[in-house]
Amino acid sequence: MRANLTDYTIQAPATLAEALAILAAEPGVWTPIAGGTDLMVLFNAGRLPARRLLDLSRLSELRGVEEDPARLSLGALTTYTELLEQRSVHTCFPNLVKSARATGAKAIQNRGTLGGNIVNASPAADTPPALLAYGAELELVSVRGARWVPYASFHRDYKKMDLAPDELVARVRLPKPRGTGFHFYRKVGTRQAQAIAKVCLAAYARIEDRVVTEFRVGLGSVAPVPARAHRTETLLVGCRLGALPVAAARQAIQEDIAPIDDIRASAHFRRVVTGNVLEQMLMELAKA
Amino acid sequence: MHCHGGVEVIGASTIRKEGRAKVLGTARYTDDVVLPGVLHGVTVRSRAARGVLRGVTFLEGVDWSEVTVVTAADIPGRNRVASLVDDQPFLVEVGGLIAHPEQPVLLLAHPDRCVVEKARRLVRMEVEELPPVLEIQDALDCVQVIHGTRNVLKEIRIAKGDPGPVWATAAHVIEGEYRTGAQEQLYLEPNAMIGTVEGEGETLQVTVSGSLQCPYYVHDALKQLFGLPDERVRVVALEMGGAFGGKEDYPSLIAGHAALLALKAGRPVKIIYDREEDMAATTKRHPSRTRIRSAFDAQGGLLALDLDFVLDGGAFTTLSPVVLSRGAIHAAGAYRCPHVRILARAVATNTPPCGAFRGFGAPQSLFAIERHLDVCAARLGLDPIDLRRRNFLRRGDTMATGQVIKEDLYLDALVDRALAEVDQAALRRSYQARNAADPWVKRGVGLAVFMHGCGFTGSGETHMASVAGVEGLPDGSIAILAASTEMGQGKNTVFCQIVAEALSLPIDQVDMAEVDTRFVPNSGPTVASRSTMVVGRILEDAAQGLRLILIQGGFLEEPYTPVEFRAAVARAREERGALKCYGQFKVNPDTSWDDKTYQGDAYPNFSWACYAAAVAVDLVTFEVKVEDFAAVQEVGRVVNPTLATGQIQGGVAQGIGWGLWEEVTFKEGRMANNQLTNYIIPTSADLPNIKVVFLEGGNPYGPGGAKGIGELPMDGPAPAILNAMADALGTDVRLDEVPMTPERILNRMEEADHARV
Amino acid sequence: MPVSETIELSLQVNGVARTVAVHPMARLLDVLREPLGLTGTKEGCGEGECGACSVLLDGRVVNSCLVPALQAQGAVVVTVEGLAQGQELSPLQAAFLTHNAAQCGFCTPGMLVAAQDLLGRCPAPSPDQVRTGLAGNLCRCTGYSKILEAVATLSGPGEAKR
Repeated sequence: MRANLTDYTIQAPATLAEALAILAAEPGVWTPIAGGTDLMVLFNAGRLPARRLLDLSRLSELRGVEEDPARLSLGALTTYTELLEQRSVHTCFPNLVKSARATGAKAIQNRGTLGGNIVNASPAADTPPALLAYGAELELVSVRGARWVPYASFHRDYKKMDLAPDELVARVRLPKPRGTGFHFYRKVGTRQAQAIAKVCLAAYARIEDRVVTEFRVGLGSVAPVPARAHRTETLLVGCRLGALPVAAARQAIQEDIAPIDDIRASAHFRRVVTGNVLEQMLMELAKA
Repeated sequence: MHCHGGVEVIGASTIRKEGRAKVLGTARYTDDVVLPGVLHGVTVRSRAARGVLRGVTFLEGVDWSEVTVVTAADIPGRNRVASLVDDQPFLVEVGGLIAHPEQPVLLLAHPDRCVVEKARRLVRMEVEELPPVLEIQDALDCVQVIHGTRNVLKEIRIAKGDPGPVWATAAHVIEGEYRTGAQEQLYLEPNAMIGTVEGEGETLQVTVSGSLQCPYYVHDALKQLFGLPDERVRVVALEMGGAFGGKEDYPSLIAGHAALLALKAGRPVKIIYDREEDMAATTKRHPSRTRIRSAFDAQGGLLALDLDFVLDGGAFTTLSPVVLSRGAIHAAGAYRCPHVRILARAVATNTPPCGAFRGFGAPQSLFAIERHLDVCAARLGLDPIDLRRRNFLRRGDTMATGQVIKEDLYLDALVDRALAEVDQAALRRSYQARNAADPWVKRGVGLAVFMHGCGFTGSGETHMASVAGVEGLPDGSIAILAASTEMGQGKNTVFCQIVAEALSLPIDQVDMAEVDTRFVPNSGPTVASRSTMVVGRILEDAAQGLRLILIQGGFLEEPYTPVEFRAAVARAREERGALKCYGQFKVNPDTSWDDKTYQGDAYPNFSWACYAAAVAVDLVTFEVKVEDFAAVQEVGRVVNPTLATGQIQGGVAQGIGWGLWEEVTFKEGRMANNQLTNYIIPTSADLPNIKVVFLEGGNPYGPGGAKGIGELPMDGPAPAILNAMADALGTDVRLDEVPMTPERILNRMEEADHARV
Repeated sequence: MPVSETIELSLQVNGVARTVAVHPMARLLDVLREPLGLTGTKEGCGEGECGACSVLLDGRVVNSCLVPALQAQGAVVVTVEGLAQGQELSPLQAAFLTHNAAQCGFCTPGMLVAAQDLLGRCPAPSPDQVRTGLAGNLCRCTGYSKILEAVATLSGPGEAKR
């Protein structure tokens, strides 16, 4: 354990209003911490530059699940385990079930939160691709009020978000898929559990009369941020299941991604595997 | 097999005596030991791969007057770690050479762990850097000379017959090159050591206790470091959370460090490495490169082998000569071959020194020959199993060193059984159809046949002349006196089984004495798959000796009951004050070994095995799943079947990890992926159920006929899996390296023009 | 109120109320091992990868090396020392012993806690569920086979505790 304890200060406000007041008074000074599954790893290694921590774990306003016939809304402090305990997640959002189960292992799932995963902004995170595929929206709150942003435009660049220094992510809202849906999620990790993704692809398609009428693809580990595959989506919307342009889609996705070489995989490997996973997905879609 | 009240001892799956504490969580490992007033010690390391240390600066930020600082100048004796060759310093001296980027330069200690950690970051070193050598070929080419005159730590040549004339006339000559990467032992408990000193000057007493496999190696190292005689150095082996060879020689270094800090501070010091430091700085399996040239006749009979086997030893000699030795002796595999040339070299590079890891050179060379056999089979148009059967060693054949096989080998039986366990025939039939139908997943089956020499090579045991004993305690029970350490393999229990059997006692009347050099003799290191076979045998003798003492002294008559034995021991102990009997390693007069020519009986005996793997390769992601695995071996007499099975399963898991996932990524000589998130070992979700079968043969040298098993399971998995992958993907895909990661598979398939890019 | 000095941490550990003065960012792992003297729980990596530090926190398995003390205020914690019933091994501990599921034993405390957590949630897990349930606990000695065997003997009818 390489952190020098006396360098660190932490406070745990009892209400959201208190937390927001602290952030407003000293923007950029306090780093929010929830389950700690990212920040404490850095802390243990002596590599956490943030010295002042704002413990959000007592804020009940950031917990809880709300739903109506059209939407599911999850508090930012929802853990992966809590996500897996929601029946509507299983019935409406199977990609989230897979992404939650793919995260670390049980002990991490019990502590890691949706909000933490989102603001940690790792391009390799497991759940963001699923959120992108489902067209998620985020509620951002501050003393100045609340605003909703599409998750697809939240990440601007590597570790740079549409999040003001005095804002917190409060809720994640997902429109429930209508009609006949096709869901696909595949994380390619270094092993079957406790793995960081080398490539991650999540897809959702709405199918009407065997035509793809909506199509969203979320990608992880192949760009500086979790990203949508816009060219690929555009190509596939309107296609018939019997005539999916696989080769053209493989081409399009190469233009949608910008992978790098890193300690886990090379850019070339990521390109090949992304193309393969896409093709595998389209083959399954064709049989839907 | 003896029975005592209906309970068998040898051959019984006795529950481990030390097991209860482990499931209760009361077993005390080094960091669990609470010492009032203890200081926490840390090591400041070089960072540059090669250079000259010009100076050290201590920056502001902590109260340095409260920090204990130890440099090379504080060393009372010799600043060299006692080893095969004393070329590794404990600490780099100012003006001295830095040979690798994790080399210890100085030591710090403080009562507060946070403060000493902060202090570590406030030490600056001035280093005049020199160009490092980081690759095997660069070392061989002497791009820079960093060791001796030509960067060679050790060279061994083995010759049998003369391959020279064979190449021109043989029906087939096939060449191949095979590589294996470094591997981290990844014991769950990182290196840990406690150093304490008492007295001073003529009464100075140094004690270390910690996580270590070889108490007497550490003892020797401390004597030399402090210039002390035997009786003023004491080494205690505490509970070990895994070792696998990673705590064979490295503990000498960390023990020296802990003791030096304790001497300077006048207080006990604990050094506990965290995972990052342990992975980056401590020893690993030697990377290897093997070039094979082989000649076959028209029917696939092996005519000649030329093997060029190179190991990367890292910056200092440490155990490289003996790792090289074992690797070289195993390099020709389980096959009869009249003409063999082996050139084995260990070279130096500016990376942290490599050391012992289960298998000790044999996994590297056996990977090469076993992969090569499959490659040859494909070129010859033969089934790889048939090619092997045609060439298996048999009783009466000689190995590459001239060692004559004096027992029946059961290699065909091992192969038959391994194939049956994975149902290879049925798989073969189903795979053809499945592979044709499935665009994404290809399946295959493969195997490896191999042996592992038990005990030390050649005259190693003779030189060591190990001693072990038994003692009668006042309560009439028996204590085993041996320096062998328990690292999870169950040696405590197995020794108790052996001695209980020898004395016709139930196992609860026998226990292990604490492994403390003050009380136990040097029974040699806990390595080389020797504990059961060699030390167990000595203990058998010692136990027989003790019984004789009791009978001749009139305390005991045969036949006796356990109760009578207990009473006899208690009486004898009381009357005589002490009751001990020692045994010593007896050289087998039938064996001979020449260290210079590398001719003779390399090992007293070998264990033999065939491992089979069924794999599925996913061509979407290039991941490999091992769907079935069978480990079939002949290991003489199995003393404790449950413990033996556990050893095989654990070794297989490590071998699978080495074959598929465990890559050490070096950047400028440092391990860059030194976190568990980036160094990948298998989780429970990554492995199949590992089937284990023992075919019992016999061994006149082991207790009750037992051979060694600790390292054997490391040799088979990697080649078996890569052979299975070749079966799945096609024999034109170059599968010649471990770990065969998804990246490498993609690379090799593109090379073979198979990838759907 | 920002805290960088010691706090009074009150929690229940293995059924007993404990109070210790610790830094709020001290790791729960260190709090258990040092001031509370419960050295059964181990540090294997400090990254939340190996699971040797697994404990139950408010009924759920967590990596205690990643939990700051402040967040354990008022919590209910169970460590390996809390699994046995006095001197009597729990059925799970007994199964580990008879099946030789512990070799070096360093992963064992965390493995037992994780297995206990799994059986509490899922009293009759399939072999695959056991593999997945224990995938957060690395073992280097056993290859997992005997651990899975031991847990499988406990798999049977029963009520999930959550």
